[in-house]
Amino acid sequence: MSEIVKLTAAELAAKIHAREVSAVEVTQAHLDRIGEVDDHVHAFLHVDTEGALAAAGAVDRKIAAGEQPASPLAGVPLALKDVLTTEGIPTTCGSRTLEGWIPPYDATVTRRLREAGVVILGKTNMDEFAMGSSTENSAFGPTHNPWDHARIPGGSGGGSSASIAAFEAALAIGTDTGGSIRQPGSVTGTVGVKPTYGGVSRYGLVAFSSSLDQAGPCARTVLDAALLHEVIAGYDPMDSTSIDAPVPPVVAAAWQGANGDLKGVKVGVVKEFAGDGYQPGVLRSFEAAVEQLRALGAEVVEVSCPSFTYALPAYYLIAPSEASSNLARFDAMRYGLRVADDGTHSAEEVMALTREKGFGAEVKRRIMLGTYALSSGYYDAYYGSAQKVRTLITRDFDAAFEKVDVLVSPTTPTTAFKIGERVDDPMAMYLADLCTIPSNLAGNAAMSVPSGLSHEDGLPVGLQIMAPALADDRLYRVGAAYEAARNAANGGSLVHEVPELGGTK
Amino acid sequence: MPNISRDEVAHLAKLARLAVTDDELDLFAGQLDQILDSVAKVSEVAADDVPPTSHAVPLTNVFRDDVVRPSLRQQQALAGAPAAEEGRFRVPRILGEEQ
Repeated sequence: MSEIVKLTAAELAAKIHAREVSAVEVTQAHLDRIGEVDDHVHAFLHVDTEGALAAAGAVDRKIAAGEQPASPLAGVPLALKDVLTTEGIPTTCGSRTLEGWIPPYDATVTRRLREAGVVILGKTNMDEFAMGSSTENSAFGPTHNPWDHARIPGGSGGGSSASIAAFEAALAIGTDTGGSIRQPGSVTGTVGVKPTYGGVSRYGLVAFSSSLDQAGPCARTVLDAALLHEVIAGYDPMDSTSIDAPVPPVVAAAWQGANGDLKGVKVGVVKEFAGDGYQPGVLRSFEAAVEQLRALGAEVVEVSCPSFTYALPAYYLIAPSEASSNLARFDAMRYGLRVADDGTHSAEEVMALTREKGFGAEVKRRIMLGTYALSSGYYDAYYGSAQKVRTLITRDFDAAFEKVDVLVSPTTPTTAFKIGERVDDPMAMYLADLCTIPSNLAGNAAMSVPSGLSHEDGLPVGLQIMAPALADDRLYRVGAAYEAARNAANGGSLVHEVPELGGTK
Repeated sequence: MPNISRDEVAHLAKLARLAVTDDELDLFAGQLDQILDSVAKVSEVAADDVPPTSHAVPLTNVFRDDVVRPSLRQQQALAGAPAAEEGRFRVPRILGEEQ
């Protein structure tokens, strides 16, 4: 493995901008790494070699001409989740429905990345339409966890998390509807952030559950995540739910945190996220992380958020309900797959046959679940009640944030499970999102940062940090302080312990 | 507690425009029953005095000036179409035999 791919995004940018290495060399090193390992990892659905080298060349020419780099990340290679549209580059959402579709426009996130000189290497694998927690629901086969190829890399953004854990990309973009950035981050030993809902534009993000979907950064360090956060965040008139307010100062907060002082910061441990169903090694790592925060000067208290135990059931009503409506757009008429158009079938029959063929089992399950929850006679008991639970969860957060600055919990109850282990049991799969869902329902900001390896299986564990809406900077301050202390105590960053070509544990 | 029948799943599939197979009906009926059973607990805490939340950001309407902006060209819009004819989307017949 080339030394270049082991560098952080901040280090790569510094070297590129100082002309110690060219952006083209950096991009080529990552493309070579993809060529070397992606047959095993399968993080990418599409690699845009030509486009990436051209984008890197443009950054180099600008620097050679003495111009300022377009952003602090200009020239750094990134992997983009295949749910964000890219003009001229396929966007499949991990579905046969969109196989071969070339979007006619860029998502706002894509446009901002391009304008910042970030080099897009390709599109990453994901659970179909972001529905899943393991990337096994991709129509194009699962992604393998770089820590152990027999295990899942999390989901839905398993391709994004695996690509950075396997050193195929320095940065990645994920989307988080119920934990799809944070849970993959946790099980691959990487950092993942779900910004405040409305902080990053959803324009061009293929909708799964519109009131919950939020794109965010995936990286190997907290500072890298912050740098990427600032590139993609900010008001966008193309998204009517975009927040018209300044981006929280996340990079400054990451720098501040890195000095290791958390005096005056109040941290609340969510009482409800422990006990039955939590792997002992996950809880042990979490408790050690809490001790570390205390050692850094934070005041730690226990906080009860009783409604959080209703978040998972509420989510599995709200998200499928919105999905059943959003996915009605795949009607085989204007774009995407069409089957049975043989002159004998009506438009409606073609639609039903195409959707049957184009969607996988989990997508069909959720569409039907949502259709059920929204039907007359069931609406009040299911969808209506779930919306009330959403209010109760927001109230629990509000009450907690009156007492503490951030909340913490394990990111997910277990380490990476084996591929195939939960595919036939939807409820077991859904439990992976138990701790991440409350922040989607309330819309506040949350991060997963690596907290170490679980003692029983040697696999990564993540610490979840949650902050109030628009206080994303608190995640970065606390996350960076914790990361620096953990790395100092353990002789370096966790992700560098990943086996070079994936092991078996 | 919910008890979703095979016929109900077939009806849902019809409403959702999914031409599911017989095998899928058996599979989904069992799974949907299990999922609905688990999520039904939301009604335990959904008291009458709790207002519903549909969205995390309390926004009302967002307006922009009514001005013409660039949009997709016809060719771009049709580029991803499963079938196009004379610069338009070609669709299968809309009416069935009985209409």
